Amino acid sequence: MNWSVRIGSLVMPNPVTVASGTFGYGVEYARLLDLNQLGAVVVKGIRLEPVRGNPTPRTVEVACGLINAIGLQGPGVDGFIEKYWPFLKTLQVPVIINIWGCTVDEYAEVARRFDALEGVGGLELNVSCPNIKEGGAHFGTDVRLLEKVVAACRKATRLPLITKLSPNVPSIVPFAQAAEAAGSDGLSIMNSFPAMAIDIETRRPRLANITGGLTGPCIKPIAVKLVWEAARAVKIPIIGMGGIQSAEDALEFIIAGASAVAVGTANFYEPQTSLHVLQGIREYMQRHGIEDLKSLVGAVKLPRV
Amino acid sequence: MVEQDVIILANENFTGQYHRLVLQADRIAPQAQPGQFVHLRIPLLREALLRRPFSIYQVKDQTLSVLYKTVGKGTHQLARLKPGQMMNAIGPLGHGFTVPASPQIRPLLVAGGYGMAALYLLAERAPRAGVVFVGGRKQGDILCEAEFRALGWEVRAATEDGSYGRRGLVTLPLREELERDASGVRLYACGPTPMLKAVSALAHEFNVEAELSMDEHMCCGVGVCLTCVIPVRTSEGWEYQRTCTEGPVFTANSIAWEVMA
Repeated sequence: MNWSVRIGSLVMPNPVTVASGTFGYGVEYARLLDLNQLGAVVVKGIRLEPVRGNPTPRTVEVACGLINAIGLQGPGVDGFIEKYWPFLKTLQVPVIINIWGCTVDEYAEVARRFDALEGVGGLELNVSCPNIKEGGAHFGTDVRLLEKVVAACRKATRLPLITKLSPNVPSIVPFAQAAEAAGSDGLSIMNSFPAMAIDIETRRPRLANITGGLTGPCIKPIAVKLVWEAARAVKIPIIGMGGIQSAEDALEFIIAGASAVAVGTANFYEPQTSLHVLQGIREYMQRHGIEDLKSLVGAVKLPRV
Repeated sequence: MVEQDVIILANENFTGQYHRLVLQADRIAPQAQPGQFVHLRIPLLREALLRRPFSIYQVKDQTLSVLYKTVGKGTHQLARLKPGQMMNAIGPLGHGFTVPASPQIRPLLVAGGYGMAALYLLAERAPRAGVVFVGGRKQGDILCEAEFRALGWEVRAATEDGSYGRRGLVTLPLREELERDASGVRLYACGPTPMLKAVSALAHEFNVEAELSMDEHMCCGVGVCLTCVIPVRTSEGWEYQRTCTEGPVFTANSIAWEVMA
């Protein structure tokens, strides 16, 4: 049985990873599950300098979902290397570092810094965080800017690049194609949806940031559709994500066209979810006699027209 | 920190809206320290995904209990669960209270409502008994008085409506005690944020140490999501730290109160 996934020169031993921002820097969950069973570990977004993050409240639970506006709090490149890399570099599975910046130059600089760090598995470009005013989101919603960012990072590093696309666009196809053309080795689809919740008693927004990004099972069908659309338009592999709680959820993404999947919000309430998903995919492959998971990627049967 | 399935041994009404949940948690209970919490996945909670955090109240061998108030859909569903049912727990979590190292330290505990629960293990494990100041809106909010007295602690209650103990806020009798004698005192508090802020101001005024258990909205409970942060002083100013990991207990003078909303 083969279920390894290749993204550029990055090889995931299996198709299940975790979504950036839902798994900290790995070390926090190391006592609850064996990280070396995952296909890869994706860490929370890092920019050049430390980031303080947004005021609280930062998250609000909604029906079958969660809206967050954390504001990419983080230790910066140096803080990350000092505090978290000594643990992460001991992992046997690839570590993918999610990076972002407020300018094209900053993206490239962060990419360069991690290029110089021994043992990094790959970089995921966060061009789509909805919670940062000065950067992030507009790189994911302007196709020319997206191309520029990806091209600049491509020049700055030989590491595999995965571009995490924004769902907040009229069509994901030109963005997926632009990232591919600019040298991205893979795509992560998708980030959270802009959303809002209001306390009707106080009439105040439930988030200090007013709006945030919606994640969790309620977004899964939308994410599956975006993966399906992008997969038909590009050749590079896609990591599908959005509300995955079970192997069944993950398999939908794979059949829609994702080569790998990431568990996100479910980590917050069931930390073992990624391992259960992995086990369920194995059982499905055995039950359906699937030798190579690649044969299932994009295998959705469409009605004849 | 471990994740395990636990069995509900008891889930009963304590008083008014307050309930006590007793869990068979053989891997969590023996590790529990004063001020730590458990993160519970409430079964059959429709549409709501997240775990709910609860301060650990009492621990006996392989069992632990928590007190909760029915306030939202999570706690209302929790109140419907019956003995024998299973649920999943992660714990013990968080950085708790520092148990006084010697009987030289005179512990004064300050609780608002079911903040009493988070202080019980500390009272039980302290090398000497002290006074616990407990406040609430009305008599029904004063919990666990008998339990603390059974440990040899003095309990002084205050209610805002005057239906029990002193009329007014709990910080009133606390202030009187500090004015009487603040020598060797260390304060430990758990309750609503305005109460903790007032305790912090008293600690500063009387130059005593205070440890506060901060009650922040929580999501993952294990330090990943960065939901439950509060501003904490650093050499360069302040930074957001996690109530679930660096806390819930912080020293009063480490909190950047001026930044908090």
